[in-house]
Amino acid sequence: MGPSVIIVDYEAGNLRSVQRACEAVGLSAEISADPEVVRNADRLIFPGVGTAETAMVTLARLGLDEALVSFFQSGRPLLGICLGLQILLEHTEEGNRDCLGIIPGRCKRFQFTESSYKVPQIGWNEVAKSAEHALLEGVPEGAEFYFVHAYYAIPDQGAHVLAETTFGDRTFASVIGRDNVFATQFHLEKSGRFGLELLAAFGQWDGAVC
Amino acid sequence: MLSKRVVACLDVKNGELSKGVQFVATEMLGDPVAKAKAYYEDGLDELVFYDITASSDQRNIMLDVVQNVAQEIFIPFSVGGGIRTREDAAGLLMAGAEKISLNSAAVLRPELIKECAQAIGTQNTVLSMDVRAVAHNTACPSGYEVVINGGRKAMGLDAIAWARRGCELGAGEVVVNSIDADGMKQGYEIRLTRLVAEAVPVPVVASGGAGTPAHLYQVLTEGKADAALVASMVHYGDYRVLDIKKYLNRQGVKVRMNY
Repeated sequence: MGPSVIIVDYEAGNLRSVQRACEAVGLSAEISADPEVVRNADRLIFPGVGTAETAMVTLARLGLDEALVSFFQSGRPLLGICLGLQILLEHTEEGNRDCLGIIPGRCKRFQFTESSYKVPQIGWNEVAKSAEHALLEGVPEGAEFYFVHAYYAIPDQGAHVLAETTFGDRTFASVIGRDNVFATQFHLEKSGRFGLELLAAFGQWDGAVC
Repeated sequence: MLSKRVVACLDVKNGELSKGVQFVATEMLGDPVAKAKAYYEDGLDELVFYDITASSDQRNIMLDVVQNVAQEIFIPFSVGGGIRTREDAAGLLMAGAEKISLNSAAVLRPELIKECAQAIGTQNTVLSMDVRAVAHNTACPSGYEVVINGGRKAMGLDAIAWARRGCELGAGEVVVNSIDADGMKQGYEIRLTRLVAEAVPVPVVASGGAGTPAHLYQVLTEGKADAALVASMVHYGDYRVLDIKKYLNRQGVKVRMNY
């Protein structure tokens, strides 16, 4: 039995695909909506599909917002995926919502004057490292990951931007993190071999940046 | 920069891969999961499964197929065919599908698009439309008409207007299937694809007619599609996914080459 992971269940989409990807790389993963289980997890995956508004309301109703912040403070490894990344910031333009505030910054919607850039961004795009991070060591140059999103993160501190991606004429933070938190805007569970490798690396990660 | 996607479409009938010409199933081609896995390992970007099973009591077979795919394949895949309620859609997502694809049922009851978008998210709700060319008329000013029930029933509904309406209701992607081009291997319906791509604010997937890699090039450039769907040309082994992507890459189309 490999390391165990808790996947936070807040009624936000397809958690099973994250669980299956964990299984594929030898991580035993359980899905839970219980704040106590989340607080005490060895390592946590915070996925998410849907809207930030619904997500924040549901997290608060289930008592998971406080559990997530308290888990972050424990120093144990936390992985955010897609909406799970966006909610780590302080604020999102989506429904004008305050979020968890674990990483200083906000989320904004893609806006282009050129109409050939379709929003949401759906598809594979390159992720270029902009900082040294233990989890990014195995990601080769030019590796592409699968994105589905209309909003993107703008962390206040450049040091919290770990990798960047260009969509249309906009270069945005596609991986952000600080301390024991690592979060990807792309769906690593749907990103083929490189996504699975990143997930496997998270399963072994001690929560230190380098 | 966002890559253009090569998407393989697998029609599944009673749990088996089938392939048709102009929407009539003609041949059975074996286990869809094994086929899908081979494409995944060959660098395919996305999969679409259409359940063309005739009777509704066979629906559980499709759920099994979806579950098996989800255990072995870690790229996005959508499932279409026979989705009539938001519960159908949610069930397929729970079984492991990334997106669900609405077709005939949405034409008959457009609110279904809205219900699904609310239940599972706009980005997971795909509008798939079957279209054929008709003489320009007041009901179909674009010269393209929406057809349902596997191409059997014409609706007198303009394809471009329907694509727009579908996006207003919450579709996050549009798949355009040309019945005229389906299975003919003579190339996509470029004009139709471009008209839809220019009319909607969401990504468009071209479908029907791919016979050579050059056909994909044409629809991804001139046709303004974001993704191109292939079936016959890979199912029969005429081309490998890898070779199609190499060709596109050589022609200067951005595709995912490192996987």
